Amino acid sequence: MARIVSVFRGDALDRELKSEIEVHLTMLTEEHMRCGSSPEEAKRLARIEFGGIDQLNEAHREVRGLPFVEVLLQDLRYAFRSLRHNAGFSVFTILIIGLGVGASATIFSVVTRLLIRPLPFADSKHLVWIANKSDDGLSEWGTQADHYLDLRAQNRSFSDLAAYFSFYSPGDAKLKRNNETEGLNSLRVSLNLFSFLGVQPFLGRTFTNEEAKSRWNNPGVVILSNEFWRRRFAAAPGVIGQTVTLNDRPVTIVGVLPQSFDFEGVFAPGNHFDVYLPMPMTPETNAWGNLLAVVGRLKPGVTIDVARSETGELAKEIESQHPERNTLRPLLTGLDEHVVGRLRRGVVVLAWAVGIVMLLVCTNVANLQMARGAARQKEMAVRIALGAGRHRLVRQLLTESIALSCCGGLIGIFLAIAGTRILAGLETFNIPLLSGIRVDSLSLIFSVMLALLTGLGFGLVPALQVPFSAVHESLKGSSRGSSATKKSAWIRNTLVVSEIVLTCMLLVGSGLLTRSFLNVLQVDLGFQASRAAAMRVDDSTSYSTRAERDNIFGQILDQTRSLPGVGSAGLTDVLPLAGDRSWAIFAKGKTYAPGHFPEGFIRIVSDGYFQAMGIPVIVGRTFTERDNSSSGPVVLVNETLARTIWPHQDPIGRILMCEGGGSPGRMVIGVVADVRHRGIERDSGCELYIPMRQSDDVDSVYLVVRTALPPSAIAGTIRAALHPIIPDLSSNEFMPVQELVDRAVSSRRFVVALVGGFSTFALILAALGIYAVIAYSVNQRTTELGVRMALGATVGNLQSQVLTQTLKLAGLGMLVGSIGAWCLSKALESLLFGVKSTDPATFLGMVFVLTVVACLAGYLPALRISKIDPMSALRAA
Amino acid sequence: MTGRKSEILQGTLDLMVLKTLDAMGPLHGYGIARRIEQIGEKALNVNQGTIYLCLVRLLQKKWIEAKWGTSENNRKAKFYSISNGGKKQLIAKTENWLRVAGIMGNLLQLGEAK
Repeated sequence: MARIVSVFRGDALDRELKSEIEVHLTMLTEEHMRCGSSPEEAKRLARIEFGGIDQLNEAHREVRGLPFVEVLLQDLRYAFRSLRHNAGFSVFTILIIGLGVGASATIFSVVTRLLIRPLPFADSKHLVWIANKSDDGLSEWGTQADHYLDLRAQNRSFSDLAAYFSFYSPGDAKLKRNNETEGLNSLRVSLNLFSFLGVQPFLGRTFTNEEAKSRWNNPGVVILSNEFWRRRFAAAPGVIGQTVTLNDRPVTIVGVLPQSFDFEGVFAPGNHFDVYLPMPMTPETNAWGNLLAVVGRLKPGVTIDVARSETGELAKEIESQHPERNTLRPLLTGLDEHVVGRLRRGVVVLAWAVGIVMLLVCTNVANLQMARGAARQKEMAVRIALGAGRHRLVRQLLTESIALSCCGGLIGIFLAIAGTRILAGLETFNIPLLSGIRVDSLSLIFSVMLALLTGLGFGLVPALQVPFSAVHESLKGSSRGSSATKKSAWIRNTLVVSEIVLTCMLLVGSGLLTRSFLNVLQVDLGFQASRAAAMRVDDSTSYSTRAERDNIFGQILDQTRSLPGVGSAGLTDVLPLAGDRSWAIFAKGKTYAPGHFPEGFIRIVSDGYFQAMGIPVIVGRTFTERDNSSSGPVVLVNETLARTIWPHQDPIGRILMCEGGGSPGRMVIGVVADVRHRGIERDSGCELYIPMRQSDDVDSVYLVVRTALPPSAIAGTIRAALHPIIPDLSSNEFMPVQELVDRAVSSRRFVVALVGGFSTFALILAALGIYAVIAYSVNQRTTELGVRMALGATVGNLQSQVLTQTLKLAGLGMLVGSIGAWCLSKALESLLFGVKSTDPATFLGMVFVLTVVACLAGYLPALRISKIDPMSALRAA
Repeated sequence: MTGRKSEILQGTLDLMVLKTLDAMGPLHGYGIARRIEQIGEKALNVNQGTIYLCLVRLLQKKWIEAKWGTSENNRKAKFYSISNGGKKQLIAKTENWLRVAGIMGNLLQLGEAK
């Protein structure tokens, strides 16, 4: 206690001791004078007898106080003074550390959110994604409503199942308020979904059993998302019980969900839902096919393997009891695996990349510290000569570097907060849980630890360099050639080489990923995304018969095509990269075992669609207005379908049968290019196009326009032109098709951008590292170089020598780095697209870039040689 | 310098100061130093300043107390006196010291007798 007090009362105690000493000395002096000494002599003798006053003061302080804290404060004061003295170095170091810590903490937040923390639902580790395996086993289907009901009633592994309608599309609900129509994103969910996920409504209630029996077109009740409630209803608590007009039917608002409920972040990344409607499980919806996405909650103690086999058996049973239904082959995955599984690789790569960057930051700062330490050798020597202990000096140096790294860490935390904000705001990205990414306590602790470790790491090396043996030489300033400097040169070279090695690996990694990304962008999508835009135009209330509908859509097309700037226009029921559905297909006369039919993806389109979307026609013709209900049923197929169903034959004129396409089959009238509809990195599969005038099976209709103008410029014109035909055309959702493509490549773009950013940072750090080492060695060798010049070496000679030294270091680094990259890039393989992990071009490119950078970094210090004056160098020697 | 000065054992000075204060009553730092010097016949290698380190240590252990007062020459000085706890310590330490000294003495004489 007394010690703690003394820390704060230090000055008073010092004064007290001082007066005590004074009294003592006076008495001692008087004593000596009594013995006959002169006053001066007495004073001198008294001092000798008393001993060193300063040492006493120091020792006194140490005994009475908390030496640790006091020394720390003293060290800190000194550290900040000396850092201020070297402002350039300090700011630079702090910035590097800040960037490193910021990047690491940001990525760490992503890692914790995606890979470490559980999904944001109650007891989420027991949640299981139950898909329905497709016939070919390659893709996942939804589940039919009756199958879902049977599974839910009869299974023994799950405490409950829940489901939602997986064919949602943007703008599929229309809210009419005050004569204004707004397109909303709605999701149909099973009644129990909210309680199943452990979500309590923020206001009101969730759905009741009665509401399950509602008809699809007349749901009667609606639950609002928290965000929509705030945006559209100004967070008014009175909305519960209000009736609004949704899809021209009155519905009652029964509940508002809590803000924490992030359904789309987990199940539908890149989407957002405004309203939730009950999903009726009726014969009507059952007849529509595999519509449901199903999630189950395992009973306590039941493993997913047990559930898998049990559900498999049950599914076979149900299938055999109901041959009239679609197939049911449950495919169970843990929900977390289903949600983040495909991203794990990418996130791990990011974590590695940022780890390498952090290592680079450490080596770089260590390097800088060492160069600075060398410059401070004299200072250290003076302090040793004045009696500083080795322990004390090492401690001082460590305090300095930790102070630096903590400042850097502070900046890093701010950067991380900003970084996660930016990530969380990336709405169009189809990366799950992105909006939930925050710098939480875990990441904060992580960053602080990282900063401290960095400080210790880079502080230790120079601290161990404190020149004890060579105090004398250091003081004389002639440490040239001593073994200590040789050792430190060796350490510095090692640091630089390892920086180059690390940079090599990052450059190769980011090179490969960038090439993959470019390859993905280069993929022939089968359609021209640029200059095409789409708008949802269906409105089931304004027509009741197919003739009326055809009439309205005919008018829409005519109106649109007559607008200036519109090249072509067409309609489709589904846009590329935005959902899909498939039927079983086969050539007329050919039979397959049930469940082994080829799978064909259906698009129902109007005339003009292929031109508007830019899908090339290979042979035959496309649809015209005359392909309608009164003419013979026709179909267009893609190349893959033609090859699959009629290998080596001309498909034109043949009859294609399809499950939902009506009995007589459809005559193939043309073949169009394959469209990468399911995903840019997946082949297109069999596609068939049915004329819209020959089908009722249309849920949504998109108008696709090809324009010479930017899509945003033409949106207003089109909306105005269509207003007389569809008055309540919702005011939002006019989307460039390019946006769909961008969204599809967004997770890849995300990884590439970050890894690219990291490797640029790494390159800069490596360049700085090389520069620092070469500049330092040129500086150290000034005298030697001067002597050489005096002996006849030209500046050019010496410069090329320095450059050779640089390139030797770089060459060694690149050699080791290439080997490392060669080994590591194997791990990247699953993320690569159209490029091998050993791609020679990438490796050569890396070597080229690094060589150029190394040359530059070595050339700048080499330039200094020309400024060396041999005469003054000789004199200094 | 006399070359016969012995290094002082760690902790011994504490004991000396305690004993001095116990025997002489309240004293200032100079007085303590003088007294120890007299007893030790200048054979101990002690800087007088070292006394103050010892005093602050003892103060922290609450074995002695300090008070500002006036010296015989009318000077303001800090006077130290032994506390009750200090007296107990003195007894315990003295016993310990005597025992160790006895053992050492016996041991060393044993060697000489041989």
